Amino acid sequence: MCQIKESYQKMISSYFMKMGFGILALTILISVGLTEDFDDMSIYHLPSKWENQDGKEVVLSELKGNVLVVVMIYTSCQAACPILIGEMKSLEAQIREKSSGDVKYILVSIDPEQDTPERLKKLSQENKMSGDRWLFLRGTIESTRDFANLLAVKYTKISPVDFSHSNIISVFDKKGVLIHQQEGLRVDNKATIDKILELVE
Amino acid sequence: MRMLGALFVILFSVGFKGYAVAELVEIEGGSYLPSYGLKTGSQVDVESFYIDRTPVTNREFLEFVRDNQEWQRTNVKGIFAEKSYLQHWTSDLEILQGQEDFPVINVSWFAAKAYCKSKGLRLPKLNEWEMVAMASHDKKDAREDPEFTKFILSSYEKPKTYLKKVRLEEPNMYGVYDIHGMVWEWVEDFNSVIISGESRKEGDDGLFCAAGSVGASDLSNYAFFMRYAFRASLKANYTIKNLGFRCAK
Repeated sequence: MCQIKESYQKMISSYFMKMGFGILALTILISVGLTEDFDDMSIYHLPSKWENQDGKEVVLSELKGNVLVVVMIYTSCQAACPILIGEMKSLEAQIREKSSGDVKYILVSIDPEQDTPERLKKLSQENKMSGDRWLFLRGTIESTRDFANLLAVKYTKISPVDFSHSNIISVFDKKGVLIHQQEGLRVDNKATIDKILELVE
Repeated sequence: MRMLGALFVILFSVGFKGYAVAELVEIEGGSYLPSYGLKTGSQVDVESFYIDRTPVTNREFLEFVRDNQEWQRTNVKGIFAEKSYLQHWTSDLEILQGQEDFPVINVSWFAAKAYCKSKGLRLPKLNEWEMVAMASHDKKDAREDPEFTKFILSSYEKPKTYLKKVRLEEPNMYGVYDIHGMVWEWVEDFNSVIISGESRKEGDDGLFCAAGSVGASDLSNYAFFMRYAFRASLKANYTIKNLGFRCAK
């Protein structure tokens, strides 16, 4: 009697064990599926919403699968930004010659209060940076600071229309992980170009 | 009877009000000349705000991670907090016994910000924090007081000041505790500190746009500069064993 009871218990417990494993396996499958391309260090964990130069809403994770080349600027900037913009254009032109892979060139405003989509659009037109490779983004004061902090970009408002900020061009892989940064103005961009070409393959 | 009722109402409302604002203290706005003295010598204007009386403790932070699983040690994303996040806890939801009322440390800027947000608060701004930090127990601006400076600097040399309960020392004249002598504290705009000459490369003038990089004109406040240099060295996912935070509103 006792033995029967024991084996019965075993049967039940093994049944539950199997069910448990099944649930566990299912959970793992689901969670792997959900986080498939979301590396631990991916910027796509940032839930913030942005507006592009056409006033359309952009969620960062929509950019998944592209290599991203990112710089932070503001439209009323007279000093370094024109140089940074020139640098982005030069990167884009040089990459285009060598690869047709998916690369997005993104200019993120550090002055979301002033930089309306219209102003960003104007900046893109003036600098002939149009087409779907170019993205100009404006967030909120908070999302902008979050974003800058992911890039270790420093900035501070020094007057109502002027900012002091780091001059950094950042390269992200297709999963949104920061891979390379080019710091400073008028520096040799060979390392950056090599990295972008490597990532886009 | 009616008087007794009225008394109850008064007692209750006083009690309630006292409870509701017990952790935050109002700081009247004003302007001051910061020690770094931007080349123009311009004042910093600060609007009135509220700030926590003490740094956030392990106990308080535990409550937060209990309700917000994504901020538990095993769930947090590397981009928001380094591996050493909350490493002084024994597990996701366990604090070393006796450390409940110690300031929470090993928290990233993202985590600190999320904590404050969950309470309807925010991190203090750098200029707000520094304004509170200028006060000694009897002076609003004690920066010229050599005793006060000595006290701050000596606390920077003391090891493991983060291993003690909050609210044990005398508060400053605002009623704020442990702003010095305990932990470094995150501020909302820590990434606004730009020190030219940190020099990762030769000729680092190209690293920053515009001419607004902090230009030191008054080197007397050494403690202040230590804090600045520290902030400039931080990244938002860093978790450090003597870096905590308090919230503001």
